[in-house]
This record gives sequence, C-alpha cells and structure tokens, in this order.
Amino acid sequence: MIVRIATEGQYEVSDDDIPGLNELDNLAVTSCEANDDAAFHDVFMRLLEYVRTHGRRLPEDELVGSDVMLPPPDFSLEEAKAEFRGEGLIPG
Amino acid sequence: MPGLSGRMSTVIKAKISKLLDRAEDPAETLEYSYQKQIELLQNVKKGIADVVTSKKRLQLQEEKYQQQVVKLDTQARQALAAGNEELARTALERKTALQGELQSLDSQIGQLEQQQEQMTASEQKLRSKIEQFRSKKEVIKAQYSAAEAQVRISEAATGVGDEMADVGLAMQRALDKTENMKARADAVQELEAAGTFEDLTQIGSGEDDIDRQLKALSSSTEVDAQLAQMKAELGAGSGAKGELGTGAPTAGGEGAGAGQEQAQ
Repeated sequence: MIVRIATEGQYEVSDDDIPGLNELDNLAVTSCEANDDAAFHDVFMRLLEYVRTHGRRLPEDELVGSDVMLPPPDFSLEEAKAEFRGEGLIPG
Repeated sequence: MPGLSGRMSTVIKAKISKLLDRAEDPAETLEYSYQKQIELLQNVKKGIADVVTSKKRLQLQEEKYQQQVVKLDTQARQALAAGNEELARTALERKTALQGELQSLDSQIGQLEQQQEQMTASEQKLRSKIEQFRSKKEVIKAQYSAAEAQVRISEAATGVGDEMADVGLAMQRALDKTENMKARADAVQELEAAGTFEDLTQIGSGEDDIDRQLKALSSSTEVDAQLAQMKAELGAGSGAKGELGTGAPTAGGEGAGAGQEQAQ
C-alpha cells in the first residue's frame, strides 16, 4: 500500500504492516471522538512514525498514486474533528 | 477513505481520470494531461501568492495593535496624572487584552510562515514531478502500444495528481488560517471602536468559562501591578488635575450591543 504523509512524501507499506497501521488509525479516531487533545497528538505522532519506520520511502522521481493520504504532522485535534469520521483514514 | 486527504485526492484523481477519458488517442491524452498539469501548477503559484498577501495584511494588523498598545499606555498615564484612576484602569485593561491578542497573532503569523515555506518546497517537488511526467510521456509514446500506454499514462498522471493534492491541501489550510485570523482581528477592531473591549472574550477563542476567569484574574493582577507602577512613577498624589488627551477611552456602554453583534 502506498501511503502519503502530507507535506512529507510517499511511503510503501507492506501488507504485513497494515494491521498495525490500522490499529493506530482507529486509536486516533477514538481519541478524537473522546476530544482528548494529548492522547490524539500522541497517537497521531505514533501513526506517522509507524509509517516512517515500517514503510519504505519512495524516491522523489517515482510517479505513483497513493492509496492513503495522512494529514500533515501539525494536524490539530480541531481539524481532525472536522475530518475524521467513521472508520478513520484507513477503512476497516 | 473518508479522511480529509482521501477526499482531496479523490477529487483531484477524479478530475484527472476524467480528462484521461476524453481522448482515445494516448498521445493526445498525454499532451492534454501535461497541459492541464502546467495550468494547475500556475494555480498553485497563485495560491501561494495569496497566502503571502494575507500574511502581510496580518502583519500590518499586528503593527496597528502595537501602536494601540502604546496609545492606551499613554492614556492610562494621562488619566492617572489627572487623578482619574478608574479611567486609567480601563485603559490598562484594554491594553492587557490587546497584548494578549498581539501575542496570539504573533505566534500564528509564525506558524503561517512555516506553512508558507513548506508550500514552496511542495511546489518545487510538484514542478519536478511534472517535469518527470513530461519526459516519461515521450518514452510512453515511443515504446508502448495504445492500450498499454493508456494504463501507464493513468499511473503517471495519478502520481502527479497526488503531489498536487498535497500542495493543494497545504494551501487550503494556510488560507483558512489567515481567514480565521483576519476575521478575529476585524472583530477585535470593531469591539475596540465600539468601546467594548471588555467583551473581547466573547469573540470565541474556544475557551471555557474557567479559562476565561483565570485569564481575567491574571489580567486584573497585571493591571493592578501596572497601575501601582505608574503611580510610583508619577509620585503618589502629586498628579495635577490636567485634561486628558482626545480619544481617551470611554468605558463600554451603549456601543456594547452593536459591537457584540459585529463579532458574531
């Protein structure tokens, strides 16, 4: 799966790592719904870090579309509340 | 993918696939797609220029606040010298409230500055991806059968669309931010003009009551400290009953209703 972190770039995440990504994504939605700023910030940073460490950074000269776009690192809880709904960024 | 970026990239991808469907001939599709990308790149550049303009406007606002802070401080001194402590307190209260606004405006302009840098970097990246698309299209035209070419064009165009969505998102966020700040600055200006500065808390900073009370408490302590200092500087009780400068602040009264309406 190709994941883009907005303002950073694209990563290729292997199928084996998707469940872990999904878990963090769901946690992000839960903390967002609970209106818990600190928890949201923490889990969102972990989500991005997960992609950065488990994914392979795609070279800049590769032209490929993303399956998922994650918001930029300075994404706030307020913005998340307006955008995160239902299943989060990654369905399932 | 109900997420924000999902929505954004879907919009852009849909646009691109639509334009890819228009032409049967892959070579034509390639040229058209490339022209479209160049056009969109122009829009991105224009968008960044808009962000810079809005930011400059906010910086002007900041200067205006700074001048008002100085003016209110002078007025407080004049009021105290004239023996009108109540008036001096009002002026100092406004000054403190305005300083709070100034601080938050300052930090937000800083954030905007960062976003602007990111956007410029993204625009560079986008430009280089479009450049790659340009060279890739020559390869595709030369090497692939029509059916295969169509698939490869689609892939490459999606890659460019993705980069476009990224910079588009950054641009939208920056513009939203300047709009919010501008609306707030305008509201503050209205309240100030209407003489209802104590209602500053009503323009919706997202604080709850406790925040507001805590702030009021620290602000009044701050005002007391400033008053005491001014008194010491003037020499207690020696203030001559002189006249106040024109444009001295008046305590909020009739103007309050109008000011609040403007703010909402």
